[in-house]
Amino acid sequence: MNNFKVLVNGIIKENPTFVLLLGMCPTLGTTSSAINGMSMGLATMCVLIVSNFIIALIKKLIPDAVRIPSYIVVIASLVTVLQMVIKAYAPEIDKSLGLFIPLIVVNCIILGRAESFAAKNGAIASIFDGIGIGLGFTIALTCLGAVRELLGTGAIFGVTLWGENYGMLMFVLAPGAFLALGYLIVLFNKLTKKA
Amino acid sequence: MKKLKSSLTNMLAVLTVIAIVAAGVLASVNAVTAPQIEKINAENLAAGIKAVMGSDDIKVSEPWEVDAFTAYDINDKQGNLLGKAVVTTENGFGGPIKVLVGFDTEGKILGYTVLEHAETPGLGAKAGEWFQDKIIGMNPGVNNFTVSKDGGEVDAITASTITSRAFLRAIQNAYDKIIAGQDVTSGASQQASAADMGTPEVIE
Amino acid sequence: MDYVLSLVLIIIVAIFVNNVVLAQFLGICPFLGVSKKVDTASGMGMAVTAVLVVATIVTYLLQVYVLNAFGLEYLQTIAFILVIAALVQMIEIILKKTMPALYQALGVFLPLITTNCCILGVAILVIQKDYDLLEGIVYALSTGIGFLLAMVLFAGLREQLDLVDVPKAFRGVPIALVTASLLAMAFMGFSGVDGGLKILFGL
Repeated sequence: MNNFKVLVNGIIKENPTFVLLLGMCPTLGTTSSAINGMSMGLATMCVLIVSNFIIALIKKLIPDAVRIPSYIVVIASLVTVLQMVIKAYAPEIDKSLGLFIPLIVVNCIILGRAESFAAKNGAIASIFDGIGIGLGFTIALTCLGAVRELLGTGAIFGVTLWGENYGMLMFVLAPGAFLALGYLIVLFNKLTKKA
Repeated sequence: MKKLKSSLTNMLAVLTVIAIVAAGVLASVNAVTAPQIEKINAENLAAGIKAVMGSDDIKVSEPWEVDAFTAYDINDKQGNLLGKAVVTTENGFGGPIKVLVGFDTEGKILGYTVLEHAETPGLGAKAGEWFQDKIIGMNPGVNNFTVSKDGGEVDAITASTITSRAFLRAIQNAYDKIIAGQDVTSGASQQASAADMGTPEVIE
Repeated sequence: MDYVLSLVLIIIVAIFVNNVVLAQFLGICPFLGVSKKVDTASGMGMAVTAVLVVATIVTYLLQVYVLNAFGLEYLQTIAFILVIAALVQMIEIILKKTMPALYQALGVFLPLITTNCCILGVAILVIQKDYDLLEGIVYALSTGIGFLLAMVLFAGLREQLDLVDVPKAFRGVPIALVTASLLAMAFMGFSGVDGGLKILFGL
């Protein structure tokens, strides 16, 4: 598999949100607006790329029995670094994503890719896998955020498209998250598998 | 290179090395970012106080605390008392709403800014702008400082009565505790506690 | 007295108003993954509740006596997740040795719990909300009960769904998400209850 294929694979065939259904907590929890969804996607992508890279580099040095704890330490350190950097240089993002930044640690996408890809492939391919899966996740979260923001408040990326007084509260709140994701998956199935 | 065997020494050695490297990396990143985080918080607070007092030429006192409120005495450069800026918190719809509000010496509201909140985007989250043209100039001691639904003088945010009530209550409480009760509790000297606004506060 | 009432409030808010799954979006993976049958769903719910309480106690003590004491707050995430992973392993081993019956019922769910974000989420929230140890335990326990409640209700609905003719593109997860949406909407009926109770309790 060449690197380009790895990249596309992550965006479409193994889209973490629409196909693999991984990392559902941040998917639902942070997509109350397009920009929030995108920030979460990009934050996760950063961690994923670096963790894939590091794990692909050090995989030979790690005995099998302590594989998982080692990966967790690597991922948790990266997440903490990201958390500190966001707090210091982009406090607005820290405010809107809140608790979900430390929870990137338990996002099954990252540990899952470490196990299923980085532990078996070279460092460069692992970077591409991280970019592909990360982009797939970012695109999915941005779409979901955009749909919820548009239906919920009539705006997209903060730009109001119709009436100031428009508001379908439900889509910004919890029920709308489940509903919008459900329908987006249906749409994705229709488009890719012609179900 | 062959993969390392899962012998006890190997496992312990690898885990120890990884843990030490991780702790080292985190400690060094922390050393870089912690001062920056403190600086941002301090700058935000200073800018916020200037904004809510409506003036750049001010001297801000050390913070003093009464119950859950943090207050700053604000003087102009000549040392005349302009009023007070108060940080006040009340539970809204999605979580605590933290407001910085500036009062003049009479208790009239000069300005406010929402420091932290977890209200619904597009609805309660509008509190930051919504009340700007509504409550500035009002005096919680004189005006009926509740939403019109409850017979007061302030229009609530459309479809966000809970947020609006909490927001107004936050300011009313600040007025009651800090401005109306100032004979008893005022004075930066008595209350110059270690109100540490500089530490990064993690919000929900 | 006020303290007891505030504990009651924590319980009601955690179970109904701010339900961990349906309002806070924590623990969605098991919520969607192991909710096809009511008995597996309740098993998972109980396992999560047990781990939540134990993990919260341990992480709270770790935070107060180690991280805060030595100024290592920035190691919170990494320390908590390691403690949780180790705890889950330990609980698994202890259960296997001492209570084989319970292990039979909960055992299969335990390895999945490490990556259940509601454990780490609650551990961090307890610290963020400045709870004391007792409040933290009560909060963790009621969050677990809220999780169990959501799981069982949802599994009950999904068992019914099996009998219905669902359009092909909706089969599986999409229809489950639509169902979850309706359940979340039902739970929204509780929002604001905490405000009322607060006034009632005079807090």
